[in-house]
Order: sequence, then C-alpha cells, then structure tokens
Amino acid sequence: MNHDDIIKQGTKVYSRPRLMDDRNMHYCPGCSHGVVHKLVSEVLDEMGLENDAIGVAPVGCAVFAYHYIDIDWIEAAHGRAPAVATAAKRLNPERMVFTYQGDGDLAAIGTAETIHAANRGENIVIIFINNGIYGMTGGQMAPTTLEGMKTATTPYGRRVDLNGYPLNITPLLAQLPGTCYVTRQSVHTAATTRKCKNALKKAFKASMEGRGTAVVEVVGTCSSGWKMSPADANKWMEQHMFEAYPPGDLKDTL
Amino acid sequence: MNEEVRLMKGNEAIAHAAIRYGVDGYFGYPITPQSEVLETLEAEMPWETTGMVVLQAESEVASINMVYGGAATGKAVMTSSSSPGVSLMQEGISYIAAAELPALIVNVMRGGPGLGTIHPSQSDYFQATKGGGHGDYHLIVLAPATVQEMADFVGLGFDLAFKYRTPAMILADGIVGQMMEKVVLPPVRQRRTPEQITEQCPWAATGKSGRGHRNVVTSLELDSAIMEKNNERFQRTYAEIERNEVRFQSYYTDDCDYLIVAFGSVARICLKSIEEARKQGIKIGLIRPITLWPFPYEAIAEVAKQVKGILVVELNAGQMIEDVRLAVSHEMPVYHFGRMGGIVPNPLEVLNAFKSHFNN
Ligand SMILES: Cc1ncc(C[n+]2csc(CCOP(=O)(O)OP(=O)(O)O)c2C)c(N)n1
Ligand code: SF4
Repeated sequence: MNHDDIIKQGTKVYSRPRLMDDRNMHYCPGCSHGVVHKLVSEVLDEMGLENDAIGVAPVGCAVFAYHYIDIDWIEAAHGRAPAVATAAKRLNPERMVFTYQGDGDLAAIGTAETIHAANRGENIVIIFINNGIYGMTGGQMAPTTLEGMKTATTPYGRRVDLNGYPLNITPLLAQLPGTCYVTRQSVHTAATTRKCKNALKKAFKASMEGRGTAVVEVVGTCSSGWKMSPADANKWMEQHMFEAYPPGDLKDTL
Repeated sequence: MNEEVRLMKGNEAIAHAAIRYGVDGYFGYPITPQSEVLETLEAEMPWETTGMVVLQAESEVASINMVYGGAATGKAVMTSSSSPGVSLMQEGISYIAAAELPALIVNVMRGGPGLGTIHPSQSDYFQATKGGGHGDYHLIVLAPATVQEMADFVGLGFDLAFKYRTPAMILADGIVGQMMEKVVLPPVRQRRTPEQITEQCPWAATGKSGRGHRNVVTSLELDSAIMEKNNERFQRTYAEIERNEVRFQSYYTDDCDYLIVAFGSVARICLKSIEEARKQGIKIGLIRPITLWPFPYEAIAEVAKQVKGILVVELNAGQMIEDVRLAVSHEMPVYHFGRMGGIVPNPLEVLNAFKSHFNN
C-alpha cells in the first residue's frame, strides 16, 4: 500500500503548503522549527506575499530555512539578521522583510541588533524561536536556558551565580516604542498552532502597513538538545518553559 | 547636474561623491577621523533628493551587516569607518566577499594598535590587502592621495565592485580624510531603477516577483566539494582582477637611480623629498601604488631593473615593504622608513632617511 491508496479524494484533509519544498528536512523529529516553517509558508501564500517576501535566515538550526520556503532569502551572520533586514527593508520599502532567529542568535550575540532594530521601529517582522538551548552547535546553554536546566555547557544545570539569569527579552522589546505588536506563541498543539498562525498573519500585515516592528516569539522544543522524546519535550515545555515564558500577547497597538 | 568645483575635506568629498554617483544606501557609525562622511550625508539629506538611504547604525558590526543586507538586494551600498571600527567589521566583510556581493567600505586610517590615536596612520595595510577577516578572499583596495581621488574612488570603487561582484575598499589615511583641497565633484547620475537593478543583478534577493524562482544570498555551503568549487571561482575572479585592474602612478622614473615606493598622502610628501633631492643631483623616482590590492608588482620590478636601491616610506612599522620585496625578489636593498603613532614625517626627514641608507 502506498500513500496514494490512503490519501484519496475525500479523505485528504491537509497537504504540504504550496510554498514549502518537497524535500527532506534536516530538523530532528518533533522540532518546532518545522511547524513554524509550515506556518510561515501558509501565511505568505494566503496573504499573497510570495513574490514580495524577503526572508533573513539566521545562524542556528534554521540556517537552511531557505532550502524549505520558496521565497527570496538572505542568510545573515550569527545574530545580525535584524541589521540585514533593516537595510533590506529600508532600501526596498515595498517588500515584506522578516527575520527568523533562534534564542542564541537573537538574545545573545545579536542582542544589540535586535533591540536597536526594534527601537528604530523598522517595519520588519522578527520571528523568534525560543527553545532555551543552542540546537545547532550541540545543545549548549542559551541566554534563555532555564535555571537548573542541563546543557552541554551547564552539565550540572544552569546556576545563576555562575551563568546569570535566563534572559526574558520579549517583554523588553514590548517596552520599546518602536514595536507595534509583540506576542508569545507556541506550536505544540493544533489549537496553539492555529493561534500562532493568526499571530504571524497579524505581524506580517502590520509590517506591510508600516506600523513598526512586530515580534512573534514561539516557545519551542529542542528534543535533541533537551535529550527527551518529542512528546516528553512538549510536556516539559508546558511545565517549565511556560512558567518563565508564558504565552500570550505582550503588546498590541494594532 | 554637471561637475562642480568645490573646496572641501576628503571625508566630505566622499559623501558628496556618493550622493552624486547614485548610491542607494549608507550605513555608518561615528569615529574620528572620518565622522564627516556621516555628518555631511545627514546634512545633505539625500533621501529628499536622490532617495538615498542614510542611517546611523548602533555599531560598526551593525553597519557592515546592513551593507550586507542592502547589497544582497542588488543596491549600491557603502559604509565608512576608521581602524578600530573596521576591525569590528571583518566578519561581515568576509561574508560579503563570500556571498559575492558588491559593496564599498571606506577606512580612513588612524594609528593603532588598540584605541591608539586619532591621528593619521597607514597601519591597516596588512588588514586591508591580506584578507582582514577569515577565509581566502581579497578586497579591491584603492589608496587615494588627494581629496580629488577621495571623490573619484567612490565611483571607481562601486564600478569595480559591481563588475567583479566583490567588495572594494577605499584605504585612506587621516590626512586625506581631514585636509581641504579643491575638488571637482563628478556629475550627478540617476540612481538605478528596480528594473535596471534586476537586469544588472539577476542574483539579488529582491522578492521573487516576475522571476519564478527564488534567489538566495548565502555564504554557507556544507558540501566541501562544492565549497572548494566556490573557492576556485573566487580565486578566478581575483586572478582576473589582478590581470586587469592594477593601478599606480610613477614620477621621475625614466632616469632614476633610486626608487621610493609610497602610497596615499605620504607619496605626496615623498614627491617633495624627491624634488629636493634632484636639486642636489640625486635622481630618485617614485611609484605610488593606487591599487594596494591588486599590487603593482610588475611596475615596481620593471623600474627596479635600473635602480641601486629602494626606500619604502609608510606611516607604519613596515607593511607594504613586504610586497615591494616580493616584487624585486630580494635582488637589491629595500629599506623602510616609517613613522608611527600618528606622526607624519616632513620631506626633509624622508630625504635624510634616504641618505642614511644610501650614503649620499
Ligand atoms: C560568530 C559566530 N559565533 C558562533 C557561531 C556558532 N554557532 C552557530 S549556531 C549557534 C547557536 C545557535 O543557537 P540558537 O540561535 O538558539 O538557534 P537553534 O539552533 O537553537 O535554533 C552558534 C553559537 C557562529 N556560526 N558564528
Ligand atoms: S537540534 Fe534542536 S533545534 Fe535543531 S533541529 Fe534538532 S530539535 Fe530542532
């Protein structure tokens, strides 16, 4: 039996988004990046932005976003996506420019670029995948790693006296007058995934209308880095990550 | 608008030339001795006239990555800074070179290392000509000696950057940046239209509009076999630039017994020393490399055939001298005279240094 026998007219309820390439992804099973890629593809298609979008990919597990979503892309240096996007947008104001960044990219090495782009109110969307760890380099501590969380560089758990506090950067961004919409979402259930999609739509729309910087944080899992099964990772995220990073809108001026 | 004759600083000339060339964007961060570039652009408000974007970034790291982002969309974009700021830019410059993007970077050098001094220097020669950032790449490096060349090299730098899809650098010293001279500003050109950009830069990430396939600007390639091929392509470009774009100026080389090699404003000081020497019957010639990369090895080797020795004069501890020695393969004495820390020698000091080496 192949999948054509199962998926017939009338039984097919869902398919790969049109803007998503038909190729194997390098993401681990259960990784949030794949779901968010899917949402970005759907939203761009539904909003008719396929030809207007310029994505800025980070250094991190999502570096190859440009292999999966069929729009124009610029691959930025680690942490610099908001600076790259600033220029791309200012020089091409009619385009929809967004960054897609991990927590190390956005909240450690790229903190300055993130805060200043948002503070200038650049008309870009920042999609921020907060999985509390450095996925790509093999599970080291991220700025958002929770206290007590074990990583390759905090093998006995993050200690505040040694490593400082987890950096909750999104509320900081919400304080800046340059941001128009700052929200925190997740994609671990069908319901939250639908909500996240609406948030992305709202952010893209605001950016096209020139309302300022829109930030969509997605609290996600990194089952490989966390050394958990995808199902356990989702549970752990709900129990621990949501306590430090509760989902919901942090700012909505739209 | 046509050419215009003005009296201004080298840094100001860069700003005016950029607007007139039709540059799309400038991104920079203040640092002495080049802040007049950003200041002049902000005062001129080119966004009201040509539509040029001017932005004071939060750091040189941000500036160069803005340049990367703008260049990736096919726009003519530039930044300027001075030595410590250019050190901060090196990762970004390497990305620009590796992604094969045209861009212009201006370094108005001050004395280092470290925070050093705000006074003039040429001590970033190695950084500019030998790579600077990581990986096997080159910049096209132009060394202006006059305010006129500060203005002219903006256009030349962009023309070369777009021709070879590689970043170009104007490597100026604090003297040319700060001094005022007469300058003929180039005629005003229109900025390219989006259609012209699409035609000139079919690789640019401008949105897929009308193209049907995506463009991706990246320097990443995890397949080593392909990455080696990419490197071979870069090296072919560099070889072509070495064949076509060597620029230098020679003075009094027809009959010279000795040669001075100097670049930037120091070459003008050396010219005065040479004129004084000629009054005393000492025949010295001068070669002033205009492109520091590609370096005029052959021109120097050619003149070297007739001379007894070479003096390399620089505002550093001896950097370009290595390229001059390569040019002449150690077949004759090559000495160095340099001042450091922001000190600029006068013509007599240079002549005395020459005499101390060549016993005249
Ligand atoms: C300048 C620089 N420093 C370090 C690295 C190595 N590096 C690559 S990805 C990464 C961290 C990625 O973590 P994150 O941004 O959280 O994204 P994730 O992989 O978890 O999605 C690091 C440190 C690099 N490529 N460049
Ligand atoms: S390492 Fe983590 S973030 Fe990277 S693909 Fe795997 S699960 Fe996703």
